[in-house]
Amino acid sequence: MKKLSARRRHPLAALVVLLLALAATGGLYAAFAPADKAQADVAAQSLAIDEGKKLFAVGCSSCHGLNGQGSSDGPSLVGVGSAAVDFQVGTGRMPAQQPGAQVPSKKNIYSQAEIDQLAAFVASLGPGPVIPTEEQYTSTNPEDLSKGGELFRTNCAQCHNFAGQGGALTQGKYAPSLEGVDAKHIYEAMQTGPQNMPSFPDTTMPEEQKKQIVAFVRHTTNDEPNPGGLTLGSLGPVTEGLFGWIFGLGTLIAVAIWVAAHTTKAKKS
Amino acid sequence: MSHDMSEEKLPESHGSAGHHEVAAHGDPFADPGLPAHQPRRTDIDERAAQRAERQVSLMFVVSMLATVGFIASYVAIDPDKIVYIFPLGHVSALNFALGMTLGVALFCIGAGAVHWARTLMSDHEIPAERHPIEADDEVRADVIEQFRTGAAESGFGRRKMIRNTLIGSMALVPLSGVVLLRDLGPLPEDKLEHTGWREATDVKPLQLINMNTNQPMKAEDVIVGSLTFAMPEGLSTHDEDFQQQIAKDALMLVRIAPEDIKDTESREKGFEGILAYSKICTHVGCPISLYEQQTHHALCPCHQSTFDLADGARVIFGPAGHPLPQLKITTDEKGFLVATGDFDEPVGPSYWERAR
Ligand code: FES
Repeated sequence: MKKLSARRRHPLAALVVLLLALAATGGLYAAFAPADKAQADVAAQSLAIDEGKKLFAVGCSSCHGLNGQGSSDGPSLVGVGSAAVDFQVGTGRMPAQQPGAQVPSKKNIYSQAEIDQLAAFVASLGPGPVIPTEEQYTSTNPEDLSKGGELFRTNCAQCHNFAGQGGALTQGKYAPSLEGVDAKHIYEAMQTGPQNMPSFPDTTMPEEQKKQIVAFVRHTTNDEPNPGGLTLGSLGPVTEGLFGWIFGLGTLIAVAIWVAAHTTKAKKS
Repeated sequence: MSHDMSEEKLPESHGSAGHHEVAAHGDPFADPGLPAHQPRRTDIDERAAQRAERQVSLMFVVSMLATVGFIASYVAIDPDKIVYIFPLGHVSALNFALGMTLGVALFCIGAGAVHWARTLMSDHEIPAERHPIEADDEVRADVIEQFRTGAAESGFGRRKMIRNTLIGSMALVPLSGVVLLRDLGPLPEDKLEHTGWREATDVKPLQLINMNTNQPMKAEDVIVGSLTFAMPEGLSTHDEDFQQQIAKDALMLVRIAPEDIKDTESREKGFEGILAYSKICTHVGCPISLYEQQTHHALCPCHQSTFDLADGARVIFGPAGHPLPQLKITTDEKGFLVATGDFDEPVGPSYWERAR
């Protein structure tokens, strides 16, 4: 006790007391005032919308209009929902480097917090698919892999290739490879149908099935070992044929030429 | 006919063997003959020859060991075992071992044989003369004579009955080959003309079953920009002939804002912008469903036929000869999407009596 009272006159004592008092009030408030939490959420939400609106004005409004109503350069965002924003901005597709049917994914320049704010603003324009929660796209059931595989082959393989490696569409457009894509982004793409991809709404492809597809895609493109080695991009007969003709036959021809050209005459050895 | 054509070009008529200056003085086009034979090291040095012999047999022994290794790995390695091998990544240990051992076994036989041929087998140049193909006059006259005698003795020209029956039997024999073609299967009859949707009538329509959920669909389930695959009610993946049926019945359902549908007939066949097209390409029958929701183009991955689904699935590119057949759909009293009849035309690749 002596020590404490001895330091009562310390110049920083007042500050320490003040901090302690603040922490105590804050802690008590947090402990005893949960009823106001919802209100705080709403406040945070409207703050996010405001922040999102500012970000939108800077990054998106030149194409989508100041209020997301769309312009000749970009579609209206009313009703696209937060999932679409999270996908398009999160994969770096938006802001687009140029308008057109194929907007390639590139380095994302926004933080997740900013993306959430933008998404909150766009979601406030009209109801649409919302960003999925982690349970929605994380499967724990091992059976999901095979079910997802079946669904993938019915719904996705025609464009993205049976191993999720992507493929060509018409007039220079393409379906991108699914390798290394975030589970959340795969889920959102199915929900919202970005660019030329058709959408797979919950009404025709229930949530559960989307989760299974995500599980299959993640497994096939990231975790699955490749029993034969050398996938050659898993693109099928084209790359395999090319490899066989050029490297396989090429090596054989080179060896044949080498054998024929090198005679073992005494004068050479 | 001259047999002597190459006689003077043979090396020995050019003077001493092993003489490799070209005798170009008199005749600039004279055949220079073969260059002098150069002995190999193994020809003159018995120790080198023995070494080569050991090398060859070593390779053959390595091949034997590799074959033993092949069998051993086949027996010993668990097919599910996955190992990491540097440039290849995660591969099956069994596949890798089998490929490596078999590769080494075959390579060593080849390499040993080549080494053997190059070092130890005789490498003396041997000119082989080319002979004219036809036989000489004498032999030919003889053969013709024998043929005439044979023909006369057989009485082929005289005994007309034998001749005619022989010709008859020879002409009939190929028929057995034609009969065997029957094994290709019964005639298709009208199987290609109709699909499973023919069961649908106005009184008893067939529901469109979503291939993901195996449930019927309401119109509001299909949103603009979505893509759904459907099959007729009553068909099940467990049916024995499912694959044959779905190869004709498969539908792709898209919904296009009605004002964007350019073809009126096509719009009327659909239901509030929901269009049901056959999924089977009209070129050679690949399943098409590379659907681009912004352009409404569907692309066939096989030969790049492109159909504009907003314009009656008109072919806008590629080898397909005619548009994708469209199924007329509507809703039943409970609001589920149904078909009331078959496609107006056969689905799939070109068909011999097609109207359009
Ligand atoms: S099968 Fe569709 S283009 Fe050939």
